[in-house]
Amino acid sequence: MITELGHFALILAFLVAIVQTVVPLVGAAKRWPGWMAAAEPAASAQFLLTLTAFGALTWAFVTSDFSLQLVVANSHSAKPMLYKISGTWGNHEGSMLLWVLIVSLFGAMAAWFGGNLPPTLKARVLAVQGAIGVAFFAFILFTSNPFLRLAVPPFDGQDLNPLLQDPGLAFHPPFLYLGYVGLSMAFSFAVAALIEGRVDAAWGRWVRPWTLAAWIFLTIGIALGSWWAYYELGWGGFWFWDPVENASFMPWLLAAALLHSAIVVEKRESLKSWTILLAILAFGFSLVGTFIVRSGLLTSVHAFANDPERGVFILIIMGFFTGGALTLFAARAQAMEAKGVFGMISRESALVANNILLAVGCFVVFVGTLWPVVAEMLFDRKLSVGPPFFDMAFTPFVIVLALILPIGSMLPWKRGVLGRVTRRLLPAFGLALALGGLVWATQTGRSALGPLGVFLGTWVVAGALVDLWSRTGSAGARRLLRLPRADWGKAVAHAGLGVTIFAICGLIAWQDEDIRVAQPGAPFQVGAYTLVLDDVVQVEGPNYLSTMGHIRAEKNGRFVADLFPEKRIYPVAQMPTTEAAIDYRMARDLYVVIGDQQADGGWTVRTYIKPFANWIWTGCILMALGGVLSLSDRRFRVAAGARRAPAAGVPAE
Amino acid sequence: MKRLIMILMLLATPLLAVQPDEVLEDPALESRARELSKDLRCLVCRNENIDESNADLARDLRLLVRERLVAGDSNDEVIDFVVDRYGEYVLLRPVFSGSNWLLWAAGPLMLLVAGGIGYGFLRGRARASSPTEAALSPEEQARLQEILRDE
Repeated sequence: MITELGHFALILAFLVAIVQTVVPLVGAAKRWPGWMAAAEPAASAQFLLTLTAFGALTWAFVTSDFSLQLVVANSHSAKPMLYKISGTWGNHEGSMLLWVLIVSLFGAMAAWFGGNLPPTLKARVLAVQGAIGVAFFAFILFTSNPFLRLAVPPFDGQDLNPLLQDPGLAFHPPFLYLGYVGLSMAFSFAVAALIEGRVDAAWGRWVRPWTLAAWIFLTIGIALGSWWAYYELGWGGFWFWDPVENASFMPWLLAAALLHSAIVVEKRESLKSWTILLAILAFGFSLVGTFIVRSGLLTSVHAFANDPERGVFILIIMGFFTGGALTLFAARAQAMEAKGVFGMISRESALVANNILLAVGCFVVFVGTLWPVVAEMLFDRKLSVGPPFFDMAFTPFVIVLALILPIGSMLPWKRGVLGRVTRRLLPAFGLALALGGLVWATQTGRSALGPLGVFLGTWVVAGALVDLWSRTGSAGARRLLRLPRADWGKAVAHAGLGVTIFAICGLIAWQDEDIRVAQPGAPFQVGAYTLVLDDVVQVEGPNYLSTMGHIRAEKNGRFVADLFPEKRIYPVAQMPTTEAAIDYRMARDLYVVIGDQQADGGWTVRTYIKPFANWIWTGCILMALGGVLSLSDRRFRVAAGARRAPAAGVPAE
Repeated sequence: MKRLIMILMLLATPLLAVQPDEVLEDPALESRARELSKDLRCLVCRNENIDESNADLARDLRLLVRERLVAGDSNDEVIDFVVDRYGEYVLLRPVFSGSNWLLWAAGPLMLLVAGGIGYGFLRGRARASSPTEAALSPEEQARLQEILRDE
């Protein structure tokens, strides 16, 4: 019954989305206030209906309703509750439902909090958002319906892929989708502005919070995914340049570019058409990502049940929205002439450079990701493009970006003097050079990546601090805490980037690895650590069997950690997984994996010492935190507060 | 139960990437082998190199690479040997030849194009004369006065 209700709610949501697309669009064209106003209740209704459908599906998973095809294929009665809930979106159909839920959530948010928008713009934004909803509702209902029943339900399900039975699944996809889909807001604003034929500073201010929010979610989502891969896959890799990872990285790069170019629109009324183009492309790349994941065009570790029919459907959606928006852009872009005048050396120029580097970096990733397909179709060459290519082709962009970041972020608007900025940054540069040189001198025969990482990381972090300090003017520390949150956000996010760059270089340059057959009780040495395999026991989990080793780690005779690496077997899914044991510390992770028993009674043990691994994700969190600080800046709240002011007279209940 | 566990374990044993018995005695050769492995794709896996992969085929390839190294091949010779047998698909670092130049040059070329456009735009902005704001119309002037009085 609940399932049918959910199914019905989903169909209703589809119909409401159609209304939300057509009625406000007509209303805005004809200036009929009643028709325009229809967008708001429609957006709320669409969200509530989708939420109902999503709730119904979750309920089916929680209660293990095996009359549902989807639950049978992806769940099992013995699965822990957390994974029953998160299993709702651990499959193609459920994840698409989560996707439209977030599309409708953003639409509803725009309806609820968009009170300060001009009515025609608001109606058009909601209409475009509704149109995106229509496309994906149709996709779900016609090709991937999660609510299909089985005539003869089995006694139990086939269990969820064991790799997905991890807390990571509970958080990684929702954050990622919030990011992907959040970019649909920027897209809707861009298309609405094109229909209006008007882009001004106010538009820049409205679109920025949405882009910022999407970028924050995307940052967190990618970082979570990377951390999940790090501890789950058994050898501590954190980024693989896998097509699906690239699919999330490309929108991230473009969102970061959009974030910066929207500042120029907001403050200087320049770069308008470029910003619109970026907004279209950023969401376009979200759709490309969806297409890559669901179509099976490229082989990837993120395997969904691939189906060509679905791929074609998404390709049509992608072609319609991206192609349509770009056509509209081509027709209307001339109307948006730039206003601001600025010199070659200015904040504007620096932000243009930032945008060029991020966009071309994104282009490189895009070409590399799709090249195997292109080469096979056009040149009949079957080849692979893997991490070595991306490392070589993409890294230079990061290096240049990091080099110019501190300078660019301190340049004044309109016209600056380079010498004045570089003089203030001299201490930061000196510090970075000194630390990089120190590391260079102390290490021998190791990769040059380490010193480079130290130099770039220090330069970016110290540069961000100098920038923040310079904002206080002559008042010094007293003003520091009273600076606008946006200033803090900028400094924190930039510093986060520096930390991540340093950590990635450090981890790659200085990690230690050891592979051996460990005899129980016999100590062995890895780097500065002495490890002993105490014993290996068989353990039975809720829906798996585990071989668990107990390894004791010591350093200079002092106890460091007890590590319990596991090798699990999920009988229902018939799949083995390795569960690494990790001792997380500030300066390094000790990462231990257990393998098979050998003929002589010993066990294969792999040990890694991964320096600064945590700093990678700490940097990402700092970036996201910087985004949150900026988002909470007063100037974004002023507009919202102005709208709420009349309501303040109503007494609280 | 214990027997069942053992049977299950044997049915689906995760072979961990590089096994201790594969590791070469000579650390220099071994580190060369590891470097080479990172550029070779496990053909039956989804986008993994043979160094990380658990598949049997990856193990065969790892052993092959080490065999060639022990036989005295240079790095390039080993790669050529593997490519001759498994095709270009095995390379994770696409060779710089034929149509592939487009792949490698895509980034630098695009940077040049984007840099050129960006430079042109910036020059245009630097030279453009500041747009003179149209003066307020009488109605706007009146409205402004009204607003100022309200304050």
